Amino acid sequence: MARGAVTLEASVRVRRDGFTLDVELTAAADETVAVLGPNGAGKTTLLRALAGLDEMEGRVVLDGEVLDDSARGVYVPPERRRAGLVFQDHVLFPHLSAVENVAFGLRAQGRPHAAAIARRWLNEAGLGDRADALPRALSGGQAQRVALLRALATEPKLLLLDEPLSALDVSIRAEVRRELSRQLGSFHGVRLLVTHDPLEAMALADKLVVLEHGSVVQSGTPGDVTARPRSRFVADLAGVNLLRGRAYGDHVALPAEASLAAVDAGSGDVFAVVHPRAVALYRSRPDGTPRNVWRGQVDSVDLEGERVRVRVVGPVPLVAEVTRAAVLELGLIAGASVWMAVKATEVSVYPA
Amino acid sequence: MKRTRVPPAIGLLAGLGLLLFLLPLAGLIVRAPWNQALGELTDPTTTTALGLSIFCSLIATAIALVLGIPLAMILARTRGTLRNILRALTTLPMVLPPVVGGVALLLAFGRRGIAGALLYQAFGIQIPFTTAAAVMAETFVAMPFLVIAVEAGLRSLDHRYEEAARSLGAGYWRVFTRVTLPLLRPAIFSGAVLCWARALGEFGATITFAGNFPGRTQTVPIAVYLALETKPEAAITLSLISLVVSVAILVGMRDRWLGAL
Repeated sequence: MARGAVTLEASVRVRRDGFTLDVELTAAADETVAVLGPNGAGKTTLLRALAGLDEMEGRVVLDGEVLDDSARGVYVPPERRRAGLVFQDHVLFPHLSAVENVAFGLRAQGRPHAAAIARRWLNEAGLGDRADALPRALSGGQAQRVALLRALATEPKLLLLDEPLSALDVSIRAEVRRELSRQLGSFHGVRLLVTHDPLEAMALADKLVVLEHGSVVQSGTPGDVTARPRSRFVADLAGVNLLRGRAYGDHVALPAEASLAAVDAGSGDVFAVVHPRAVALYRSRPDGTPRNVWRGQVDSVDLEGERVRVRVVGPVPLVAEVTRAAVLELGLIAGASVWMAVKATEVSVYPA
Repeated sequence: MKRTRVPPAIGLLAGLGLLLFLLPLAGLIVRAPWNQALGELTDPTTTTALGLSIFCSLIATAIALVLGIPLAMILARTRGTLRNILRALTTLPMVLPPVVGGVALLLAFGRRGIAGALLYQAFGIQIPFTTAAAVMAETFVAMPFLVIAVEAGLRSLDHRYEEAARSLGAGYWRVFTRVTLPLLRPAIFSGAVLCWARALGEFGATITFAGNFPGRTQTVPIAVYLALETKPEAAITLSLISLVVSVAILVGMRDRWLGAL
């Protein structure tokens, strides 16, 4: 595809059994957009609607062509959408060899020499020796790549990937992810992938769209999104504490009458982020500089290598990251009473 | 190994049940006129009945495939009361006494039947007591076996294969012929074999609707039944042939099922 102007503009609403998906999305060519969200957020529903497989309300425009417009009764069926869909568990045709799977779309388009072209795709991906194998004889990583090639071979304008790595064994994911990243880089249409795996999203995406309960809670570059989480889900994946409150210049009023001292907090509704490493734990009330001191109770203690994540509940629930030595020294077990301290300079505040 | 214990009473009843199957088979084999079998096999009555049986049952199976697969698709991909009623009607011939089926066919396609009268007045066509009637009777009784098997196959089919095919640019007929049918092959094959076996053994509906005309409607089961009074050796020989065919079907299906695993 020589033109770089392929864009996707979608406004998708799907209502189903008390669940509503309502997403506005734009994506440009040569850009990988990852829709990230927990299971049940509506990610697969979004992909299926964009592929034309499920009914939806709203409007989808790909490269200037209206694919869906519920207001005007426009609907282009999947086979005429030029949208390649890669399913989570590949869904390779079990009765066709790898090369025939890749050739399937080419034959459907009436292209001559479909088998030869398909074989070339497989050769270029280093899968030439597996061309005549049936899908059940392929490894998970090979099946994933064949499924991707099958979609790419039809030269779609939009590539839709549903959890491309989650069906794979953890041990080979890193390798397949690198390969996928390379493949995506050589595809010049719009690339949209959905995943619940933050690592997958961060590694592959240029733009992140965080989806929760059917709506977009945040979007931007992976760096922006994790630096300023706007939801619990994103805060968890970034591994930080997220607090919400109302700012009054030098402090943020939190729920349960608690207060958080911060530098330049501004005013109005805000989010405040505290990194677990910035949370210090003490047996007794610490003296000195920290202006944020709260009492709490240890809820859980999780070992992560040399570091330990201690979840403390209380008026201000926080996760603290400490060393193993500190755990022994402070006697941090579930139910233990502790004091938490956070320096005002370690608190990052931004408007909600 | 698990330590399971079977009480003697269960073993005894199971043995009796098995005897009920095995004794008649043994009777057939023991009493078979082996020295005359070859002569009976080449007897024109036998060969004619055999040829007609194979012809009619194959045509019936072909019709069942052409009409039954679409019917199974409708049943598998729709919901609601109407579908349930349709499904019950489709499977009715499996539980209906075949003779009743024959009577029903006669009342529908007989010269004064609801459809038969029209056919006769418009085209001068009479179906009853023709080879076509034998084929129709067999199709009526046997097609449900195919419909049920294909419907079950369609229900267990992962429809995302068809969705993947569509997203790759394949239209309805390409998806149907290149994806749906190949994936359904095991179900279609076993359904067709069961259907054919049932058509081959059809007696009640055929003799009622098509009658007993050698060379035209006298299939093997009908020939066996009539020969039993006049020429028992011929009846036994024909029965043996039917037995061999049935065993062959079972063996073929077993290989097929194991192969599909």
